[in-house]
Amino acid sequence: MKLPRFDYARPKTLREAIGLLGATDGAKLLAGGQSLIPVMAYRLAAPPLLVDICDLEELTRITLSRSGVSLGARVRWCDIEADKRLQEAQPLLVAMISHVAHYQIRNRGTVGGSLAHADPAAEMPGFAVTCDVELVVMGSAGQRIVAAREFFLGPLETVLRPDEIIVEARIPAWQPGRRWGFEEFARRRGDFALAGIAVFFDEDAAGRMSNAHVGAIGAASYPRRLVAVEDLLNGQNATAEVIEAAGQAAGEAVDPMDDLHGSVEYRRALVSTLTERALRHAAGLQ
Amino acid sequence: MVVTFNLNGNPVEVEVEGRTTLVDCLRHQLGQTGTHVGCEHGVCGACTVLVDGEAVRACLTLAVQAEGVQVVTVEGLSREEDLTPLQKAFRKHHALQCGFCTPGMLTTAHALLSNEPTADADRIREVLSGNICRCTGYIPIVEAVLEARSAYPGGPPAGDAK
Repeated sequence: MKLPRFDYARPKTLREAIGLLGATDGAKLLAGGQSLIPVMAYRLAAPPLLVDICDLEELTRITLSRSGVSLGARVRWCDIEADKRLQEAQPLLVAMISHVAHYQIRNRGTVGGSLAHADPAAEMPGFAVTCDVELVVMGSAGQRIVAAREFFLGPLETVLRPDEIIVEARIPAWQPGRRWGFEEFARRRGDFALAGIAVFFDEDAAGRMSNAHVGAIGAASYPRRLVAVEDLLNGQNATAEVIEAAGQAAGEAVDPMDDLHGSVEYRRALVSTLTERALRHAAGLQ
Repeated sequence: MVVTFNLNGNPVEVEVEGRTTLVDCLRHQLGQTGTHVGCEHGVCGACTVLVDGEAVRACLTLAVQAEGVQVVTVEGLSREEDLTPLQKAFRKHHALQCGFCTPGMLTTAHALLSNEPTADADRIREVLSGNICRCTGYIPIVEAVLEARSAYPGGPPAGDAK
């Protein structure tokens, strides 16, 4: 369908953008528009004002430092793909982002847009929750930093206030030697995931897993860590038996949706299988 | 509001509503009907155009977002009467039947080969997964794109089918 009518503003500064969002009830931020425009085409949303942040160049930076990687909110999927430094600095990020949408959408979709849209099956929110990412948010009351695990409330729902803008995602430094895996199942690569599992862990001198992080997408109303699975992994060697038990625990730990793409039982089974595969990849088992 | 951009090498200035998508602006206001509208919500790829050399969905881009950019549509791929090597390869391999998806296939494949002239069949398939064709079954399309690589700078020599 054609989009509903709206006013359009193109602020030159972040402060101006925040002011515009605060001044009009229901105003929405426009970055790449790859989620917002379809939502409007379906008439699921009809914001009276779109605030286009395409002139805020300061939000397009990818910065690597000792403390980790900072992604500006307007960094696009194709920018992450093109930045070869990230393959070593954040291999799990690169692996997950390679599953986001199709070619044309990857040229416009942004990190901040995906986080703010909060689709339960989206990779970037799942990465942020799995990897303890901090989101830097600016609003009329100033700046605040929100942990990704506290950011998502439900499908398309976050703690972001109407006049707030995500400006940056801060990813903690990736430890050398860290092991990781990401497995996602979609009917066609680039389509929405029916479920996805991201894992990483470090190893002690005896090869035992520590600091295990297991995150699930598409398996609940928002991305979340599977703490029961992490507890099961920490302190153990990544053997086939442990991985199988972890897969079973993961299927029980999630709270999937029942929809036309898959039943609850199917999604639980899928999560178990994907968890096992991701852990086998991480552990170097085939 | 007024938006100005470059369309297929020529400056254009057009009055649009905020809600006008780039594809509707191109078709209805600028008369460039080569770009097709399929799903109108970013799934089918028929409306793909190049914005500053990158393939984008013109149904998910507002006309006002095109301010100051270079837009190339299927009409702009060939500056002359003759078809481009990519278009010739589509004809040779029967890579279209009804032709509805073809403008999006051509613009997407052109963007891909301009940036990645050595793309293999898997990469071509992955990229074209964002464009839906309901007639040909994709095999002739992939064959056409593979063959056209040799016409792009840095592409493999003609006859290399891998």
